[in-house]
Amino acid sequence: MTPLSRIRNFAIIAHIDHGKSTLADRLIEACGGLEAREMREQVLDSMELERERGITIKAQTVRLHYRAKDGEDYVLNLVDTPGHVDFSYEVNRSLAACEGSILVVDASQGVEAQTLANVYQAIEAGHEIVPVLNKIDLPAAEPLRVKEQIEEVVGLDAKDALLVSAKTGLNVGSVLEALVQRLPAPVGDGNAPLKALLVDSWYDPYLGVVILVRVRDGVLKSGEKIRLMATGAVHTVERVGVFTPKPSSAPALGPGEIGFITAGIKAVADCRVGDTITADRRPASAPLPGFKPVQPVVFCGLFPTDAADYERLRESLAKLRLNDASFRYEPETSAALGFGFRCGFLGLLHLEIIEERLRREFDLDLVATAPSVVYRVHLRDGEVMTLHNPVDMPDPVTIDHIEEPWIRATIFVPDAYLGGVLALCEERRGRQVDLTYAGNRAMLIYRLPLNEVVFDFHDRLKSVSRGYASFDYQLDGYEEGALVLMNILVNGESVDALSLIVHRDEAERRGRALCERLKDLIPRQLFQVAIQAAIGGRIIARETVKALRKDVLAKCYGGDVTRKRKLLEKQKEGKKRMRQFGKVEIPQSAFIAALKMGEE
Amino acid sequence: MAEPLAVYIHWPFCVSKCPYCDFNSHVRETVDPARWTRALLSDLDHAAELAPEREIVSIFFGGGTPSLMPPESVAALIRRVRALWRIAPSVEITLEANPNSAERERFRGYREAGVNRLSLGVQALDDEDLKRLGRRHDKREALAAIDAAREVFARYSFDLIYARAGQSEGAWRRELEGALPLARDHLSLYQLTLEPGTRFAALAAAGALSLPDEEHAAALYELTQETLGAAGLPAYEISNHARPGAECRHNLAYWRYEDYVGIGPGAEGRITRSGAKVATRQTRSPEHWLSAVEAAGTGLNETFALSREEATLEMLMMGLRLAEGIARPAFERVAGCDIEALFGSPLRTLCDGGFLALDNERLVATDAGRERLDAVLAALLVKTRFSSRGCGSSEARRSPPRLLPARL
Repeated sequence: MTPLSRIRNFAIIAHIDHGKSTLADRLIEACGGLEAREMREQVLDSMELERERGITIKAQTVRLHYRAKDGEDYVLNLVDTPGHVDFSYEVNRSLAACEGSILVVDASQGVEAQTLANVYQAIEAGHEIVPVLNKIDLPAAEPLRVKEQIEEVVGLDAKDALLVSAKTGLNVGSVLEALVQRLPAPVGDGNAPLKALLVDSWYDPYLGVVILVRVRDGVLKSGEKIRLMATGAVHTVERVGVFTPKPSSAPALGPGEIGFITAGIKAVADCRVGDTITADRRPASAPLPGFKPVQPVVFCGLFPTDAADYERLRESLAKLRLNDASFRYEPETSAALGFGFRCGFLGLLHLEIIEERLRREFDLDLVATAPSVVYRVHLRDGEVMTLHNPVDMPDPVTIDHIEEPWIRATIFVPDAYLGGVLALCEERRGRQVDLTYAGNRAMLIYRLPLNEVVFDFHDRLKSVSRGYASFDYQLDGYEEGALVLMNILVNGESVDALSLIVHRDEAERRGRALCERLKDLIPRQLFQVAIQAAIGGRIIARETVKALRKDVLAKCYGGDVTRKRKLLEKQKEGKKRMRQFGKVEIPQSAFIAALKMGEE
Repeated sequence: MAEPLAVYIHWPFCVSKCPYCDFNSHVRETVDPARWTRALLSDLDHAAELAPEREIVSIFFGGGTPSLMPPESVAALIRRVRALWRIAPSVEITLEANPNSAERERFRGYREAGVNRLSLGVQALDDEDLKRLGRRHDKREALAAIDAAREVFARYSFDLIYARAGQSEGAWRRELEGALPLARDHLSLYQLTLEPGTRFAALAAAGALSLPDEEHAAALYELTQETLGAAGLPAYEISNHARPGAECRHNLAYWRYEDYVGIGPGAEGRITRSGAKVATRQTRSPEHWLSAVEAAGTGLNETFALSREEATLEMLMMGLRLAEGIARPAFERVAGCDIEALFGSPLRTLCDGGFLALDNERLVATDAGRERLDAVLAALLVKTRFSSRGCGSSEARRSPPRLLPARL
């Protein structure tokens, strides 16, 4: 165990691509945590997807040994945090395990949307913050301007900001020294009853469930019986250790220390993040303040393109959930798409990541329905129901009003693209809260309905700003909205997978676009096919697929019989994936294509 | 009375390959007619073992270009058929011919050999289009060949191809009106279609050839039906028109799903044996076929019994091409159950929609149904499920299979 005065616990916070993972690599290297041959880029981002997209999804920790200029040996515990808003709850709990943060800002790009969001979280967590200007070696670096920006926009004193290049290693030593000098040592009592914060947990195929902990008081040893205070469950600690970043056993974890335990726990879902771990024999009187449990805010249906993959999809979702208790799923049946799952996510990026992992790691071909947010439907009889699947919408006559979630969005954008971004926000029913300038960059604060953001907002923002805008948001309450359920009807029958909850003013445009898209995707049939968009009984858009006029082989003689029969058999086989609408059979692939086009 | 049988004999050689043609036809520098005739004769002997004791209602020489065969070869083959089977008094013996002058000179020889019906591959009555279709004759030669056929044969027919690139309704109407006085009682009128592997398909894929779209092709088809109907040669099959009674007996055997044997490279046969249809198929490549026959006496490389489902599909897709449709007893013999039980609700939908008509005697595709037959077949079969015992649509209630004792 390390004396409290020799421990520093810190997180690194940054906007995406500002160099957080590279700086972590350099710090690990400088402290000799890994041999040169073990080093690789972004060593803490273990998932292929994390490294490829330059984002951190799961929190990671590493214990560093550092001999400071004062000649003393220190233990520095680095807790790596995800940078994206969807994972802000992970940021939150990572921050709760530390006393300070390094704020990394790109010296040429300056403050971005996520910089701000993360700094405010760190300030709320009571952190001492060390500003670091990274990429100082770049010709475009403007340390003076960026320092000013940090002071103006973020409101932090940046006069002692460190000028670093994580890429070249320049001044990385000054970061380590600043951690020792400027961050407070943790406080705690080794003799008090055990109190440890459950920071995170994940499933390891060899060790079972691994729990990441931060000890506040008392000592955590192997063989000890621990109690999870929220659930009351008792387990025996099997293994205690720290990450260097490789997992390595330690005799015990004392106050102020961060490490892991295993205790024969079967499922990640049994370990509530934010829970307090205490000793079963001498329990603490009160738990540590926990975190709000996270709630999914974006939902969509996921269906296998090939119905035969349903079982595999179910197993794959279960495996992903082992390590990500924040995402939810339940079986869903769609008349148009067959069997699948209704899934809940923390945000759009979370949705994208889960979908992509299913495709990549589990090799599944999937189709996703349009993302939906969680609505509150107030019924005339006073009841309030939450709704995230358009097909569950109650009869409109029973509805008094509907509320939808709003967000408070922060957007940083260069002057030149401000007009386009403002227009986009207005088009999406946004309400401007604030517009300020920091140099030639504008900082926009907008309130927007979340439902307008889940539908291609990111893509549009990227295109109107040529990729220069940065965006972050937090949920900001519910408001009543003029929302309607729009159904797509094929020959008078609703296609459940294409139903949408939209703002009344948007319904016609979205409905017409969907009808036109389907018209091109549905092949001609023996009977005319009517495609309609409807709100209740009112048709707001209509397209027609004209009936087939000629479709017959010109020649079919004795020598053609086998070949033509095989064609017919193949066609008959294909018909198994048809869905009947009145007198016509429409291939499921048309609906899949309609949804896939929506992604592009 | 012996069961009827039709005999098809394939001559796989052409002087040149037409850019729309996907038939088993080949261009060769030299062909040894005597050797090929010997092989075809030997294959006929083998066919007679597979389907003995039948009455021959038709012999058809197709290709390729069978009018490149020496008349004495045709004579020898007909003589051999007569020696192997009993011949119906009304037997139809057809030979396909090209309208080139060299072949025209052999017409009388073919008649001497026993051919009583000629089918001419005219394809177009327009010199430009004939060139584009890769044909070796012009309009003048085509007219001369038709004249000669009329003079030499009691029955003749000729083929035309429509829906050619850039062909307007007016142009096709004028061409048809020019063709009608030349016809006696039978015409085959095919829509030009792109077949995979042909030069036209490659040109179309490269954007160098564009054929009429669905709407235009439909207009041309409907114009064809009206014009020929008014002239007293209604369509008895999708692409075949005849005065009643002048239908091609041989092709009726295919469409009525009667038995036929196929002789020569790539030819297929369908023979009923012990109540089941047996499919036969010959080796496709001419050289491989020839050596197979010379080694083993036959070029057959596949002989297999069709399942009830396969046979039913074949009967449907062939029979619904005919204006007369499919007779109930013939269908029930092949399918093993009645039409309503097999198809269920899709059949009713298609009848209500005016694509099929069913009465006590037969199932018929209507004019509208035949124009869209491929889609009609697909829609009809949607819910059809065959089992080894009996049949029914998936919506029909199933009675549990009766358990039989393992040993009686």
